[in-house]
Amino acid sequence: MDLYEYQAKDLFAAHGVPVLPGDVATNPADAKAIAAKFGQPVVVKAQVKTGGRGKAGGVKLASTAEETEEKATAILGLDIKGHIVHRVLVTPASDIAEEYYFSFLLDRANRTFLAMASVEGGMDIEEVAATKPEALAKIHIDAIQGVDAAKAKEIADAANFPAEVKDQVVDVIVKLWETFVAEDATLVEVNPLVRDPQGKIVALDGKVTLDENADFRHPAHAELVDKQAENPLEAKAKEKGLNYVKLDGEVGIIGNGAGLVMSTLDVVAYAGEQYGVKPANFLDIGGGASAEVMANGLDVILHDEAVRSVFVNVFGGITACDAVANGIVAALEILGDEATKPLVVRLDGNNVEEGRRILAEANHPLVTVVDTMDNAAAKAAELAAAGV
Amino acid sequence: MAIFLNETSKVIVQGMTGAEGTKHTKRMLASGTNIVGGVNPRKAGEKVDFDGTVLPVFGTVKEAMEATGANVTVIFVPPAFSKAAVLEAIDAEIELAVVITEGIPVHDTAYFWAHAVATGNKTRIIGPNCPGIISPGKSNAGIIPANIAGAGKIGLVSKSGTLTYQMMYELRDFGFSTAIGIGGDPIIGTTHIDALEAFQADEETVAIVMIGEIGGDAEERAAAYIKENVTKPVVGYVAGFTAPEGKTMGHAGAIVSGSAGTAQAKKEALEAAGVKVGKTPSETAALMREIMSTI
Repeated sequence: MDLYEYQAKDLFAAHGVPVLPGDVATNPADAKAIAAKFGQPVVVKAQVKTGGRGKAGGVKLASTAEETEEKATAILGLDIKGHIVHRVLVTPASDIAEEYYFSFLLDRANRTFLAMASVEGGMDIEEVAATKPEALAKIHIDAIQGVDAAKAKEIADAANFPAEVKDQVVDVIVKLWETFVAEDATLVEVNPLVRDPQGKIVALDGKVTLDENADFRHPAHAELVDKQAENPLEAKAKEKGLNYVKLDGEVGIIGNGAGLVMSTLDVVAYAGEQYGVKPANFLDIGGGASAEVMANGLDVILHDEAVRSVFVNVFGGITACDAVANGIVAALEILGDEATKPLVVRLDGNNVEEGRRILAEANHPLVTVVDTMDNAAAKAAELAAAGV
Repeated sequence: MAIFLNETSKVIVQGMTGAEGTKHTKRMLASGTNIVGGVNPRKAGEKVDFDGTVLPVFGTVKEAMEATGANVTVIFVPPAFSKAAVLEAIDAEIELAVVITEGIPVHDTAYFWAHAVATGNKTRIIGPNCPGIISPGKSNAGIIPANIAGAGKIGLVSKSGTLTYQMMYELRDFGFSTAIGIGGDPIIGTTHIDALEAFQADEETVAIVMIGEIGGDAEERAAAYIKENVTKPVVGYVAGFTAPEGKTMGHAGAIVSGSAGTAQAKKEALEAAGVKVGKTPSETAALMREIMSTI
């Protein structure tokens, strides 16, 4: 889960990383009040989970409380790369002497963690990596030994942080590592990390990604979920424990296993090219697909207004196809009149004959059984096009 | 020969008495796996009857190995306890640990992997979040259904469980030397490259299917490895061509970030290494059929 800047900075502050004070406003009047409280000038910053806010007009300086209200009015509601701004962070403006870059992240290739640091911060770090790779220090972190002051100094030295701030930077690096580990983050990024004119080091921005697999040991992380910004269908699926991602298309997809479902999306996209239709979602009902899970899955997908047809693609490995077939029949019974869209079902694997027999016997008017994945995708695309 | 797992493998199950462990211990036994016991410190000394096969429960992996000569462990313990279970397996220096558990925090995986490296990689780790490994007719360590395909000469390595099953099904008339699901997490033990190296060295394997998916650059690195080191024919498939940027597709590792990790980039890298890449699982299977017909 990606966090908003203000949430990331709250975590930083909790672990002793220096940040500037600030408050979040959801309307211009609150933004004005916050500016009045902190004194001016302030910076009004759009809270969106994407980069490039500044270029999109999502970060503005305001020199009075009234101006803060105006800037907040301009920023709230902005569409930044598909993310609508619902909140702004109002924070005292900081004078900046120098901008640096720092992050801890997963290094998949080396199966460990990586620290990245540069004294050329404030800009797109990928651009620094591409144009001046020597300006970006990359240091591997041993997952057991972690980052102590000595390791932090090694990183700070490698990135050539100036001598006069090095002790402070080392301290910040250690605290960012503590944040990274204690919060089970997969990314902690500060861009820019700044030195102010008084020589103090401050994390001016913050980006944190948390590992949802670790939620069981972080009950407080549940409060960081932005329910308002969640797609309603995704929220509904999540409540039912389904692995669902809403996409921009017309063919609803249900399958078992992440890899097979991704593959199903591809096959439907290819088949849909001639009809101008695409997959409407990713939904993995998992290895042990029961009738209840199938009903929940169909319930979510059939309530997606964009969906014109549904492709159920199951390979019976651990799950038997007869159980899946019974699940489909039971799900359609549960849904009753709410089920109005055609279903194309492809079953293979364990007990496939019995599964197909059950569907044939049920003879539901909405269900078409097709033998292969490719042919079923073609049929689902065709039905979606016909239903548009 | 097969790779990593064969008819001499003696298998224990960590978490054998839990719901998943019980279910799959039965399945593994039914497919002929030589399971010699289980591990659960709270049930040490007990015996469990799996449809007529009575297996002892040991307090630790080390005790189980000493008593039975086990050299493989399959781990089904819940995510919160997986780190301790894998560390225990590593410390016992068991040859192979197959970590089936889904949902292990990546900091825990990074930790036990670092421990494995620091202690000299005496334990091969497969997974986590994987279906395991099967050498049909010889042994089955994990949850891959044994009835999909029998023994044969194709080696299969895949990040995904159900795509492994699908591909085994498509090529069931040829059969497999070994099929291995390496898992979809961002950090995994055994990689595509490890499996490719082993298949290249395995006399029984004549051709290899490699299934990848979006996220990371493991497929690109595997492509580079194939170009330099693999002389056996390799057919590839990559899932996730139409996955949007920034959305995690089920597997924690399956996410396209920026320009990195796209299916297209992986396909191109594999093709540049001489690997024929199918657009769909069926097309991939057809490419393998062509190759097998000439061998």
